[in-house]
Amino acid sequence: MSTSEHTAHDHDHGHGHDHGHDHHHHQESWISKFVFSQDHKMISKQFLVTAIFMGVIAVMLSIFFRLQLGWPGEKFAILNFFLGDKWAPDGLLDKNAYLAMVTIHGTIMVFFVLTGGLSGTFANLLIPLQIGARDMASGFLNMLSYWAFAISSVIMVASLFVEGGAASGGWTIYPPLSALPQAMPGSGTGMTLWLISMVFFIASSLLGGLNYIVTIINLRTKGMKMTRLPLTMWALLVTAILGVLSFPVLVSAAVLLLMDRSFGTAFYLSDIFIQGEALDVTGGSPILFQHLFWFLGHPEVYIVLLPALGISSEIISTNSRKPIFGYKAMIGSILAIGFLSFIVWGHHMYVTGMNPFLGSVFVFTTLLIAIPSAVKAFNYITTLYQGNIKFTPAMLFSIGLVSTFVTGGLTGIILADSALDVNVHDTYFVVAHFHIVMGMSAIFGMFGGIYHWFPKMYGRMMNTKLGFVHFWLTLVCGYGVFFPMHFVGLAGAPRRYYDYSEFPFLDWVMDLNPIISGFAIVGGVAQLLFIFNFFHSIKYGQPATQNPWGSNTLEWTTPVKHIHGNWPGAIPEVHRWAYDYSNPDHEEDFVPQVVPLKAGEHEH
Amino acid sequence: MKLLVILVIALAIIAIVQLTKVYEFTRSLRKSKEEEISPADNKLQANLMLVWMFVFFLGTIYLYARYGDSLPDPASEHGKDVDWLMNLNLWMITIMFFIMNAMLFIVSWKYYYRKDRKAKFFAHDNRLEMIWTLIPGVTMAFIIVFGLITWNKMTGPASADALQVEVYSKQFDWTVRYEGADGEFGALSYNLISSDNAMGIITKEKVKAQIESIDAQIEDIKVQIENNKSQPVMPASYIESLEDKIYRLERHKQRILDLGEGKLPSGKSEWETGADDRIAKGEMHLPLGKEVEFIFRSQDVIHSAYLPHFRAQMNTVPGVPTRFKMTPTITTAEMRKKLGDDKFDYILLCNKVCGAAHFNMQMKVVVDTPEEYEAWLAKQKTFVAEEKPADAPAPAADTTATMPATAQVNNPTH
Repeated sequence: MSTSEHTAHDHDHGHGHDHGHDHHHHQESWISKFVFSQDHKMISKQFLVTAIFMGVIAVMLSIFFRLQLGWPGEKFAILNFFLGDKWAPDGLLDKNAYLAMVTIHGTIMVFFVLTGGLSGTFANLLIPLQIGARDMASGFLNMLSYWAFAISSVIMVASLFVEGGAASGGWTIYPPLSALPQAMPGSGTGMTLWLISMVFFIASSLLGGLNYIVTIINLRTKGMKMTRLPLTMWALLVTAILGVLSFPVLVSAAVLLLMDRSFGTAFYLSDIFIQGEALDVTGGSPILFQHLFWFLGHPEVYIVLLPALGISSEIISTNSRKPIFGYKAMIGSILAIGFLSFIVWGHHMYVTGMNPFLGSVFVFTTLLIAIPSAVKAFNYITTLYQGNIKFTPAMLFSIGLVSTFVTGGLTGIILADSALDVNVHDTYFVVAHFHIVMGMSAIFGMFGGIYHWFPKMYGRMMNTKLGFVHFWLTLVCGYGVFFPMHFVGLAGAPRRYYDYSEFPFLDWVMDLNPIISGFAIVGGVAQLLFIFNFFHSIKYGQPATQNPWGSNTLEWTTPVKHIHGNWPGAIPEVHRWAYDYSNPDHEEDFVPQVVPLKAGEHEH
Repeated sequence: MKLLVILVIALAIIAIVQLTKVYEFTRSLRKSKEEEISPADNKLQANLMLVWMFVFFLGTIYLYARYGDSLPDPASEHGKDVDWLMNLNLWMITIMFFIMNAMLFIVSWKYYYRKDRKAKFFAHDNRLEMIWTLIPGVTMAFIIVFGLITWNKMTGPASADALQVEVYSKQFDWTVRYEGADGEFGALSYNLISSDNAMGIITKEKVKAQIESIDAQIEDIKVQIENNKSQPVMPASYIESLEDKIYRLERHKQRILDLGEGKLPSGKSEWETGADDRIAKGEMHLPLGKEVEFIFRSQDVIHSAYLPHFRAQMNTVPGVPTRFKMTPTITTAEMRKKLGDDKFDYILLCNKVCGAAHFNMQMKVVVDTPEEYEAWLAKQKTFVAEEKPADAPAPAADTTATMPATAQVNNPTH
């Protein structure tokens, strides 16, 4: 079977050789290797470690506010220890500090961990390795992308320490609350820093995204047709396209908000009387911000989720020793989800007074997403069916991902239905829904990816037994936290409340709150196992072999020790798709993509 | 409580230390490699899948049994449709939840790795894939159609004789306005909000009074600036901020002068219909069986008027009035009897984060029989004092009291 019409660029091979030789000639300095590195593998590790650092902060914040929610009014020495006398006098969490923590927890988890961390890590690590390229199309842009991310992380963390506290209007920062420093202390300097941090973050995301797209389209090795790409590549490609198309809209929303805050414009402000003064600015619309925000905000959900789905496709297929079921349908559903994600943003706005007819249109488009999502879920289960499953920690997390993707996806059907959304909008039902899909599914995808590709990143193995314990504690605690929240929400409890004791009609369901907080604390502490395992294994883990999981994709043909340019010799040529596991034509239960087709063998 | 925190931290530390030891121990004992999951381990994980499935399902059933019957019966007409639809959807997704999770965990448990087996090479099947594209497709079609029927009913235009009730929000309380005897609301402008005009209702007198008040403030500031000229004690930046304040007050005055006096369809002036509007604070009453059309407004930031017992919610947006209609079907008294709870009250709560006291921005809602409602309404203050019932107190006092303490700022440095 000829694939010559799909060959990658010949000059790239020559170029690659040069790289290979370069490596031996010039010694990199410590700075250019570890700090301002342009090597995709190093950049990927930088993203990952930064994201872990941010994740630790976000999880700590969540435990702090869960203490208040679980035992309202109680004093906790630990809160006073971490937050000081201003935000937790005597250990009682301050009301404004509570809102700031909720806001920064959400911001960090959605943007810094699940967008920067997940896409940044795995797109950088896997794209060149899985398509057979020496590096990203532009190593320099890639480096800038990381450093913009690092700057935005520093600014976001710094905003926790300013007078008045961090941004407190929720991670969606709806104006006028976020636009008017008079409205709450967190809308002062904290909010300005939030916006500046996000501008850097978006710059990072765009630089990265453009690079990923260009690399996947142009730098595939000989024989790597689009239909032979591993599903991780498809997921990351569509993710990058979503990011490039939607993040600029968030920049415009953020810049307009900065102008409303600092230069007296009125894009989002009108008819406001606050703190004894009728404001001069008038004629804007707060709803405009929501349209702009959610035009990014909804694709963002899939920017978070698709890489996780791509990663789990790869892991589930490898460890079931079976081809992924319905490869083309999986690609189709990734594309369908990507497309639909752009025309559903209004489902966040059913109760803003938006025209009800427009609401109906969004009901229709939103519920359509259930179809490709269902296809994916069924395909995962069919991949497992009659497989020969090796329960590596990565595999456990991927199976956990499928479970949470189903559980969280199903409640989305209720929230998409405008008539039903009215009564659960902004309640804990919503919190339960998006935490199960993002806080569990996407995070599980990230954990799975880390356990699976750790040998490729650090040349060592993570401890499997600790991985098992980490998985089960995380799964049980994750469901323990978020599953009961559905019932709290159905009972009518709004989110972002500091205390529910003023509402007798909720009393009977509030005994769930200490249980939820208990699971949250145990689940949070359980992540220390992962952190320990991760950092300990970097130094002391068992040395890895070249292809520890018996996997087909190209990254496992590179040497364990990282070299600049990835392959010491020529870039390998690809002859088959990535999912020839347990192919009856072959002895072994896996056939790497570089193995030529046998005489008479049909390519899948 | 401190004890609990210390206990948790101590346990965590002990756990990590112990696990490190276990780690080192297993590492030294182990002959196999990390990537080779031993058959015993693999079997254990497979069995745990099944165990977890049962735990998960039992937990779910327990939660449904104990907490599934969440809100009391809907107290509004459309609420019945919403609940019916919600139950239908919940049943459907719960069944799917059990089926899909059971399939996942059972398949994972059954097909654990054994050396002598080889996985089946089964890469795709168009018929199967067609089935699980079509089934969700058809299901979604039903959900969409049912959902939109209910949605259209809920959001259609209110009937012409619906009772109009205006709900006005600000950090952190609610005010309600009912039409006066003339059956019309007076126009509003945020420029007229003052200590005795919480919603900014426009009447000729209020316009005049507000302009006078602004002029007086400007005079005050000018005097301050003059005094400072002869005897400079204040920094220049403060004087600048005072001048800026004058500029803003003048703009404020100009906006009031620009207000146009609109005519209502009935031919009356919008500025003449406000005086008899009735204003209630802290409590909203609604008549049983009468369609109510709410008009929601906000003075400062976005709030959301959430009425869980009526299955109703709408954001209140500064500058953009929003609407929601509903018909109350159960009086507070009946609901109390039904629930066996003498203290039960319907409630309206804020459901869009709006600041520090967001979590307690609530208002009691009472559904009365029409007679009780009329009697209650007659007791509420009208906007302009002359028309108030003879025995009611002067209306101005309580609106100031509810402003946050920090609202009384003379400090113009924002």
